[in-house]
Amino acid sequence: MLATLRNRLHENFVRWALRVRPPEPAPIVLNQRRVYVLPTPAGIAYTSALGVILLGAMNYNLSLGHALVFLLAGLGIVTILHTFRNLVQLSLSPGRCEPVFAGEQARFDLVVENPRPDARTSLRLFFHDTPPLEIDIGPSATTIASLGLHTEKRGWLPMPRVTIETSWPLGLVRAWSYAAPDLACLVYPLPAAKAPMLPWSGDDAQGTTREGRGVDDFSGLRKHQVADPPRHVAWKAVARQQDGPLLTKLFTGTAAQRLWLDWNHLPDTMGVEQRLSILARWMLDADAAGLAWGLRMPGARREPENGPPHLAAGLRILALYDHGAR
Amino acid sequence: MARVNRPVSRRQAWWLLATAIAASLPLLQHVPLWLSIAAGLAFGWRAALTWRHWRLPPRWLLIPLVIAGTVGVFLQYRTIVGRTPGIALLLVFLALKLLELRAARDAVVTALLCYFLVLGQFLFTQTIPTAMLACLTVLVTTAALLAASDDRPAPRQQVYRAGMLLAQAIPFMLLLFLLFPRVQGPLWGIPQDRFTAVSGLSETMSPGSIAQLSQSDAIAFRVRFNGAVPPQSQLYWRGPVMPSFDGRSWRVAQTLAAYPTIPYSSTGPQVDYEVTLEPHGKHWLFALEMPATLPADSAMTSDYQPIAREVVRNRMRYTQSAWPDSNAGANETRAALRAALALPASGNPRIRAISAGWQAAHGDNGAAILAAAEELFNRLFLTYTLNPPLLGPDMVDEFLFDTKRGFCEHFAAAFVFSLRAAGVPARVVAGYQGGEINPVDGYLEVRQYDAHAWTEAWIAGRGWVRIDPTAIAAPSRVSSNLAAAVPAGEGLPFLARSDMAWLKELRYRLDAVTNGWNQRVLGYNPQRQRDLLASLGLREPDWRSMTAILSVLSGAVLLVLTVWILRNRQRVDPALAAWRRFTARLARRGIVWQAWEGPLQFAERATRLAPQHGREIGEISGLYAALRYGPHPQPDELSRLKSRIASFRP
Repeated sequence: MLATLRNRLHENFVRWALRVRPPEPAPIVLNQRRVYVLPTPAGIAYTSALGVILLGAMNYNLSLGHALVFLLAGLGIVTILHTFRNLVQLSLSPGRCEPVFAGEQARFDLVVENPRPDARTSLRLFFHDTPPLEIDIGPSATTIASLGLHTEKRGWLPMPRVTIETSWPLGLVRAWSYAAPDLACLVYPLPAAKAPMLPWSGDDAQGTTREGRGVDDFSGLRKHQVADPPRHVAWKAVARQQDGPLLTKLFTGTAAQRLWLDWNHLPDTMGVEQRLSILARWMLDADAAGLAWGLRMPGARREPENGPPHLAAGLRILALYDHGAR
Repeated sequence: MARVNRPVSRRQAWWLLATAIAASLPLLQHVPLWLSIAAGLAFGWRAALTWRHWRLPPRWLLIPLVIAGTVGVFLQYRTIVGRTPGIALLLVFLALKLLELRAARDAVVTALLCYFLVLGQFLFTQTIPTAMLACLTVLVTTAALLAASDDRPAPRQQVYRAGMLLAQAIPFMLLLFLLFPRVQGPLWGIPQDRFTAVSGLSETMSPGSIAQLSQSDAIAFRVRFNGAVPPQSQLYWRGPVMPSFDGRSWRVAQTLAAYPTIPYSSTGPQVDYEVTLEPHGKHWLFALEMPATLPADSAMTSDYQPIAREVVRNRMRYTQSAWPDSNAGANETRAALRAALALPASGNPRIRAISAGWQAAHGDNGAAILAAAEELFNRLFLTYTLNPPLLGPDMVDEFLFDTKRGFCEHFAAAFVFSLRAAGVPARVVAGYQGGEINPVDGYLEVRQYDAHAWTEAWIAGRGWVRIDPTAIAAPSRVSSNLAAAVPAGEGLPFLARSDMAWLKELRYRLDAVTNGWNQRVLGYNPQRQRDLLASLGLREPDWRSMTAILSVLSGAVLLVLTVWILRNRQRVDPALAAWRRFTARLARRGIVWQAWEGPLQFAERATRLAPQHGREIGEISGLYAALRYGPHPQPDELSRLKSRIASFRP
């Protein structure tokens, strides 16, 4: 109950603190109006200790005790300024974010730029509830902070609000700010762990000119090239001749490499997510086998092709299927 | 919200150990030996833990150790409150905290304990060396606190950063020190142990008690006269008056404050002065005879001795006046006179016989008996010495007629005895006589070795008259100082000797510095604060106006510091700055550099627009491009660029 209330208040504060609706236009400059400063628990302990020392100095009429308290009080004030300065005037811009499969860690790259010719030390960046990432930035330098976030669902995952904080140098006060950079991660559906065989015999596969007898028609070996899928490496041949070059098995039959992955081939009893996850598995398998594959989805179609851009485009279609545009 | 509670690293542990040692070393002389050894063992254990990567001792071991330490302190002092027990306890906690440095929080607690221990040092002494030592401890502790949040910088850098932070804190310290509304302590009762070992006069005087003080050159009080310094022979600083005698020692009367104001009137001139009294743990205030005014919060006893309402626990400053030629007690009470005649029933038959002779000859003519007594002391050729022989039960007789060697307390005691035996009321007055002007700051310094005892006798019609019997035997004691009076070769404190002039000079300078420190820093109290603000033109300064001034000035300092700290020291590349001058000149000719244009591209366009300067424009742009974007800019290129631009007149 109390925790909920606190969370609500915190959420309201953050919304007020951010002022603009996320996501914010880049670059986000942490100016003095959006950097907040409050004492840490250590700072509160420090202040209380000063109070006790002051009482002692008063009681025993210790002039030097007064001087000590006042020096430490001055130190407390100065450290507020330094902590504030360590954070203020930083500039954040969104960086890259590689697509990931659901269940993996999404990595949001934030470009943090320090325009001041002094180093920034011990900055911590984190999303709500994630362990903080600690970075330093050199004088007039730029650093990329890569923040991880666990993904669950496919589709666009917008980068959540980032808290950036520091309690350097003395750890007595904490300066912090919020930022919501315009960055999103594309999350592909999780590929099914167990999927049916690749769908070779599509009856209505248009333009299929099946020549040869199948995918397993072994036609020979050639020297391995980097782009060859690993499962086509002739491991037995490699084992036979030690120190020999890696060899790749060649297969005949171009038809065998033209494959249609069709949404409608999957039984209607399957749920949407299950179908998407099977399609994703097929795409990965087909790609790994070096096959050209096409995709037929309600509202989307890709001609059979091969290679990473094709795979990425296919997975993107799956990720955004029925997801609404971002 | 992310709470980072990292474990304490090795570097941090070393820092904390260093600050713990720095904070506790100056205190070890004040705590019992077993505690010093235990703390040393704990520090050693900590060092071994860090050095050898050992595991921290478990809780079940530490908790009994804390209990054992606390019980040990209790057994030692029979209490755990108060100055020394409190510090001993803090030391126990600090030593054991070092053994359980688990997380960043423990590091902060350790640093705070060290700051407390710095305050602990001030409970014992507040001298300049203590202050310097404390600065060092604060520096190390702050560096340790810095290391607790970022342990990567090297130790030297860490100390440098701590120094920078503390330097920036100093303006606030000065402001707060001067303007923070001060409260006169104590806020609550001070445990009695605060003044255990201060030297000074006591309530009793027996043979040897003042001679003992003559071995100390500690300052008793300092005096600044408004106007000329009275002659040395008039500098009798009246202290405890001792009318009661038990055959061996003299003792102050159990009287309370009798007069709220001065009970006698002035005859002759008045001397005004200010006393800075060192704490001596007694009620009395020293005043030049005879006091003409009473300091605030003080009263006068029936013996005409000013006493403070509170025991003098802190260095105290008061203004005073004196009437050197006045006598008190012309209308003395019978009780006081009776007390000033009391003698033990027996003992010292020889002086009693002589005194009886005086009484028979002069009756109740006190002045005549006084003259006879002075004549006797003059005739006996007594020797003033720091090392008088030990005396038996009839000490007055033995001193006057057998050993003939004594210090001021022997003279005073014998003189009073002889007068009382002749029926003249008399009593011993203890205090200080003389003092020396410090040529550096002009203060009269009265030291413990100036402690003295003299007498006063009551003469009808005149009141109490001061007679210094020591002056009869050794006039130079009163007219100059102790060194002139005692025979050569007797052990005197360093400053009382008259040789070694340069060392004395050095010592004077040191004393002047100490006095300045005492007056300005340690003596800065609510009164001084009010005086300071009044001198700044603030009438009736109270805490409200002080707080207002403090806030305004602190705000100003904060603003200056903020601007300085947040100033944008973005240094512009000198090549770019030169290039800007160049484009500004061209802009005046209507050729405006567009931000999206590269230098060479711009040069091309500018040459088209101003062909007569084509060569210069081309050269400048080429140099700039090479400096800004070239792989290996040559240092001379910059100066060439600058000179070309300087001479460029489109």
